[in-house]
Amino acid sequence: MIYDPAPLAVILFISIVALVLGISIYFARKTSSAKGYFAAGGTIPWTVNGVAFAGDYLSAASFLGICGLIATVGYDGFLYSIGYLAGWMVALFVVAEPLKRLGRYTFADALDAKFNSKGIQLMAGISTLVVSIFYLIPQMVGAGALVTPLLGLPHWAGVVIVGAIVTFIVATAGMKSTTYVQFIKGTLLIIFSFILVIVLLNKGLDTTPDYERYRIPEVVKAELSGEKVNAAGNGYLVKGQVTSGDYTLVVLEKAGLRSWWNLDTSGDSPVLMEAVSKTQTSGGEILYNGAIKTERKFHPVGRMSRIYLDGENVEKTGKLNVISYLRAIQNGQVIRYAKKHIVFEGDNVTVWAQNPTSGAEFLRPGLKYKLGEGASIFSKLDFVSLMLALFLGTAALPHVLIRYYTVPSPRDARRSTIVAIAAIGFFYILTLYMGLGAATSGVLDVESSNMAAPLLAKSFGTFLFAIISAIAFATVLGTVSGLIVASSGAVAHDLMDRFAEVKFTDKGKVKAAKFTAVIVGGVAILLGILFKGMNVSFLVGWAFAVAASANLPSIVMMLFWKKTTAQGITYSILVGAISALTLILLSPSMFERYGIDAANAPIPFDNPGIISIPLSFITIIVVSLLTQKKSET
Amino acid sequence: MLHEPAAREEAEDFAAEYKTKLGLRMFFVYATVFAGFVAINTFAPSIMGAIFLFGLNFAIFYGFFLIILAVVLGVIYNNMCTAKEKELNK
Repeated sequence: MIYDPAPLAVILFISIVALVLGISIYFARKTSSAKGYFAAGGTIPWTVNGVAFAGDYLSAASFLGICGLIATVGYDGFLYSIGYLAGWMVALFVVAEPLKRLGRYTFADALDAKFNSKGIQLMAGISTLVVSIFYLIPQMVGAGALVTPLLGLPHWAGVVIVGAIVTFIVATAGMKSTTYVQFIKGTLLIIFSFILVIVLLNKGLDTTPDYERYRIPEVVKAELSGEKVNAAGNGYLVKGQVTSGDYTLVVLEKAGLRSWWNLDTSGDSPVLMEAVSKTQTSGGEILYNGAIKTERKFHPVGRMSRIYLDGENVEKTGKLNVISYLRAIQNGQVIRYAKKHIVFEGDNVTVWAQNPTSGAEFLRPGLKYKLGEGASIFSKLDFVSLMLALFLGTAALPHVLIRYYTVPSPRDARRSTIVAIAAIGFFYILTLYMGLGAATSGVLDVESSNMAAPLLAKSFGTFLFAIISAIAFATVLGTVSGLIVASSGAVAHDLMDRFAEVKFTDKGKVKAAKFTAVIVGGVAILLGILFKGMNVSFLVGWAFAVAASANLPSIVMMLFWKKTTAQGITYSILVGAISALTLILLSPSMFERYGIDAANAPIPFDNPGIISIPLSFITIIVVSLLTQKKSET
Repeated sequence: MLHEPAAREEAEDFAAEYKTKLGLRMFFVYATVFAGFVAINTFAPSIMGAIFLFGLNFAIFYGFFLIILAVVLGVIYNNMCTAKEKELNK
């Protein structure tokens, strides 16, 4: 879409960044020891840590990704909210207190507490790095998506800005500044999301959204001869026709401007519905709805075409409450958009065709994950696999686990987890309303579902957009900071100090961690640019799968199975990480990324957890049983 | 050299065993409700579309229920743990 930067948005953005940097510089003066750098000295109050947990966890994936998914695939996006929160129950009931009792700076400390094993130190350090980098990718992609509408800068600029700021934060102050940044950001995010939902409910639903840039797509009559469109109404000339899956796409021309339409024969007489298109001509020119970018023909989408409230169809509802809002959508019809790639007269064309979807279908599972009619065993497996990874992944994420070491006691670890669950649960309920609001307010950018929530805010004025976008940017900053602290801890503490036995002074270890932060920041910038355009929540699903496969089986078995051995843990992490990564690299989504037909992917589903998690559990059991004697000696 | 032992010294927690058992029990309660959600979605998705309460479908109801249940169980768990800690760690 085409965005104009708003001065207020730029001012608020700069203010938030200045605040974050100020906190960082302030705490930098107080952080010189390893304990201070990696675990904030273990002095953070549990209430602050609880909100900081929420700040860490409500990352770009939660705010940008989930809202975007709900806006485009309805309830299937909300499944991520449910799964992400459910994962906290594993963290609270199973790992919070024991991990706090056993660990010092990193989760590898806890795993290795009983064994002092080189294998565990190496594998846990590497696994932390891998999971953190997987989690960093969506954050950086989210940063890139944000700066375009906020500052009018390209995607890569956003990625570089975030990378540079975060590297500065982490390389100066470490966990204490990261915690306070997360605390402030988590609080602001929840408060302003709540405000956004209140104004959304007050406004209600409208079949003709009044967002300034929105215009209702045209519908014209079509004359058919068999399956061929011969003529169209309103003075349009038919210039061609292409079939793509279930869609018949027709190109029309009027006043020298070509546009794409999709044929709808479901009513009494056939009609053509105006689609949105982006064309790369054989000459290399990019056209948006048939015109160059500056002609601003590329408009936002998403509305309700039918609203049914209190027994009648209405054009506008007025104020609604939390239940009647959902009921009005469920009983109505939402215009979604189906993305189609076609080649027409040598041009590469992406068409987003109108796909009217009943509200009932939109608010139940099945639009992304095929579970009902037409479902295959693999689509069902994909869904179960995703839910398994989300449920088991949270308690295995390094940047979540290290936060248990920032509070004084195991009791504080437990209490801060409960604060986090309450804050995160409340926010996830808000995501459903923000996502549905974006789907029905004429604000969606067909090119990036990640912008759904900030663009919804924009429909209520520049201030709300500016503050929501600035907070979203701080969200990315905070989460990336936490991930980089976790990565630098893995390298400086687990790999260099404990595994390689490098003779560090306390300050030397902090220096090594800061140097690592700079390197990891650089890698994150590169990956953020490479993965542009993928939904960030979907990408985070992969990070969860890798974490759940590599780390969780070891943590659980170490805590609850006395026969667990160091070798069992080492091989379990290795097998879990490698199997999850391999399955991801061979998945249909990655094949699309390579430019190969997804149907050729050897693994027929995207989420690896259902294979890699059990495999990791089996490995730890088998290897531990085989190495009992060796372990005893 | 700083590769000191990983584990840190903590005052002994006499309520630890109680909390571990309670945590596992509550985990299985939540895991069962969550597994029910996944199973219905996977094997009988049409149930999710059925109107359940306040004119809303079962999917919305179950999703909200899982989120609220997490908070409620968390608070109950914390209260029970705190009470036991007070009793045993005097």
